[in-house]
Amino acid sequence: MISGKETLVGLLLTMRINHNNLFLALFLCLIMSFTHAIDSGLAFSDPKLQQRYETLISEIRCLVCQNQSIKSSNVFLAVDLRNEVRIMISEGKSNKEIANFLADRYGEFVLYRPRFKTNTIFLWLSPFVFLMIGLFVVYKVVRKKIIT
Amino acid sequence: MKKHYLPILFFLAIMPIFFIGMDRDKSVLPSPLIGEKIPQFSLPSLINSELQIDSSELLNNTFLFNVWATWCVGCLEEHDFLMKLSESNEIPIVGLNWRDNHNDALAWLRDYGNPYTIIAEDVSGRVAIDWGVYGAPESFLVNSNGIIIHKHLGPLDDDIWERDFSRAIINDAN
Repeated sequence: MISGKETLVGLLLTMRINHNNLFLALFLCLIMSFTHAIDSGLAFSDPKLQQRYETLISEIRCLVCQNQSIKSSNVFLAVDLRNEVRIMISEGKSNKEIANFLADRYGEFVLYRPRFKTNTIFLWLSPFVFLMIGLFVVYKVVRKKIIT
Repeated sequence: MKKHYLPILFFLAIMPIFFIGMDRDKSVLPSPLIGEKIPQFSLPSLINSELQIDSSELLNNTFLFNVWATWCVGCLEEHDFLMKLSESNEIPIVGLNWRDNHNDALAWLRDYGNPYTIIAEDVSGRVAIDWGVYGAPESFLVNSNGIIIHKHLGPLDDDIWERDFSRAIINDAN
């Protein structure tokens, strides 16, 4: 996953520093400071667990505000679900168990990364199917070009 | 020349899928709990905090499980309907008071009337999570075996009751 920080660093490296760019950089720094997790403190003192927690909550949809993750919303349901995820992590539950817990209650839609199941099989496999169709078309066209 | 029809055929084949997708209301999600046993809980009663309500005590009877709160605008909207439903004695209504202020909730019942047979008080919201609740009011229809047979998101009214709930009760009895 590409974080905002990495894209920012990339952007800074590719531009020469002059006054305008400096303002742009400062502006981007300002934006970046708002993109951090919404909780006032850290959920875990262990940075590894904190990292897992932040990745997980950024992949869970806030169902009240459907185009946001529970990481970026402060609706109380998002707060409650973050709390639930935090409890499950501290209980030693795996990411898969946490995803199952949520999908069993709210449906597949709550996960930005749906589970691989019979009703999501088309979703997961269709890119490969379309890739195959594309490759087949390319093969046909190229062969025709070579023959003619 | 025949193969020029292929893209058009493909287009015609895929259009119905998009049309169906457009008609669907995306804010109403299908609940994975339909057809499943009710999630278990044990919560204090809102009216009498010393009384503990256990979900297993609710079984052996078809009932309506209604999630409400005083901060919820739609709940006031459906309140008249719930009062009418409770007066008709058609079905017991079990309330789940979701993440509410205790005194506000009691005042609401005093002011507008209490349609509920019993009300469980879910201060933390953890029971609501088990029921997959994401927006009040939400109503679940539970049969006498403790299976959720229907769910409605948003305020109830006569039309919705007749169309969805009454029918689900009849279908379930058969």
